[in-house]
Amino acid sequence: MAELVPLEEAVARLIHDGDTVALEGFTHLIPVAVGHEIIRQGRRDLTLVRMTPDIVYDQLIGAGCARKLIFSWGGNPGVGSLHRFRDAVEHDWPHPLELEEHSHAGMANRYVAGASGLPFAVLRGYVGTDLVTATATIAPIACPFTGEVLTAVPALNPDVTVVHAQRADRHGNVQMWGITGIQKEALLAARRSLVTVEEVVDRLEPVPGAVVIPGWAVTLVSHVPGGAHPSYAQGYSTRDNAYYQWWDSVSRDRETFQAWVRSEVLREGAPG
Amino acid sequence: MTQTAAAHTAAWTTDEMMTIAASRALHDGTVCFVGIGLPSTAANLARRTHAPDVVLVYESGTIGAKPGTLPYSIGDGILADTADAVVSVPEVFNYWLQPGRIDVGFLGAAQIDRFANINTTVIGDYDRPSVRLPGAGGAPEIAASCGEVIVVVRQSRRTFVDRVGFVTSVGYGRGPGDRERLGLRGRGPRQVITDLGIMAPDPDSCELTLTHVHPGVTVEQVIAATGWELGDAADLRVTEAPTEHEVAVLRHLEQTKRQSVTRTSVRP
Repeated sequence: MAELVPLEEAVARLIHDGDTVALEGFTHLIPVAVGHEIIRQGRRDLTLVRMTPDIVYDQLIGAGCARKLIFSWGGNPGVGSLHRFRDAVEHDWPHPLELEEHSHAGMANRYVAGASGLPFAVLRGYVGTDLVTATATIAPIACPFTGEVLTAVPALNPDVTVVHAQRADRHGNVQMWGITGIQKEALLAARRSLVTVEEVVDRLEPVPGAVVIPGWAVTLVSHVPGGAHPSYAQGYSTRDNAYYQWWDSVSRDRETFQAWVRSEVLREGAPG
Repeated sequence: MTQTAAAHTAAWTTDEMMTIAASRALHDGTVCFVGIGLPSTAANLARRTHAPDVVLVYESGTIGAKPGTLPYSIGDGILADTADAVVSVPEVFNYWLQPGRIDVGFLGAAQIDRFANINTTVIGDYDRPSVRLPGAGGAPEIAASCGEVIVVVRQSRRTFVDRVGFVTSVGYGRGPGDRERLGLRGRGPRQVITDLGIMAPDPDSCELTLTHVHPGVTVEQVIAATGWELGDAADLRVTEAPTEHEVAVLRHLEQTKRQSVTRTSVRP
């Protein structure tokens, strides 16, 4: 069963320099608080994996935690560009960022293969696009039964996957509902996992459409209410759309961004 | 008639005309894969006007979403709350999109070319781009596997280029026969709807040609905003002007989206 530990301890125990780390959550249930803890603990050379790197990855990239990004869509949803991501790719600031770029269908299937213990996944995808030449991890494969040529993508097996969920019980059984995206596959594909939750309860009451992950398949659970903000947790909070707009102005400028990291993440100068 | 047109001209913006034209491209009961932004606005407008039974599928896994307000992102809670089914991301791509269950894919573009290929990846060299765009998202497989594709994008020479620098999503490749040669199962782009008019692929050459200009727009204006020698269809028409009802419903939807921003706080 998963162990319940404080956030700081969970990140220190599970995430190390050079690790391949996936923080997943498809608009909903994004583990933003863990991203900030990674920045506070000064992790470096991470290979960050995420289908939709949004502002939490913009923050990690800008803070210099990432060496490489494996992704399928990197934008500020509903707002526009990720300015720290663009600055890294376009100007190598704060240092170069290697990209491994896929489509959503490809990334989803890579996690499915990883969770299934398979070396690769097969899909109808990418054919005719320039992603085939830009990305080494996309290859044609012939169906052994019909000869039809399809596309293969390798499994993703992160060292650590982090997700946010609504609830866990005291045994570390995790329950999430609403848009559950790719979290289950990403978590089961990983060698180690951390789930932050809104609430720890004695008993997980059934919820329609909920995904339950048994505690023995999870490494650590941390109680972090509001840990998805400015993303949201259905039934607990709503998406803070104004924050996503506000982030555009903070992230445009390197100095403004660095001041934000110092005051809001590192909490320099904060009392206590 | 002239008087009515003049009154209408003052009553809508070019962006509203584009969104309304896009909404009309959806028929009642159509199953539609919806991206965020203009496509989502247009699909929700269609559902509130002439196509109440249009089925909206968002890549977040919400199938048959019926949001009462315009969502701000593809993963807003209201999409899950109002959906017929909420499925995982692998399921939405593997079980619903890939086998051809979706009639229409609604896409935007940063660049689009004469064969309706779309670039949302980079401007300039891939390894050292002048502009790094968000990337593919769901678009390559939407463009490949939906029954047909409708593109909604504002028209300018910067966006409408002779040939995209990076093919993120395939339209008609380099011309006739390319989709079949690549094994793409969907028919490809049916219409490209902009703030100036509507383009459709020529049946023989697959090249985008102008089929409609919006009211008040000249053919010359559209040509000037296009980076290749845009041809026009033999039966070039003027798009039917927006009705007061369409404009009213659209403005109401946009207002609900603005309210979703102001009612939340910036700071935790």
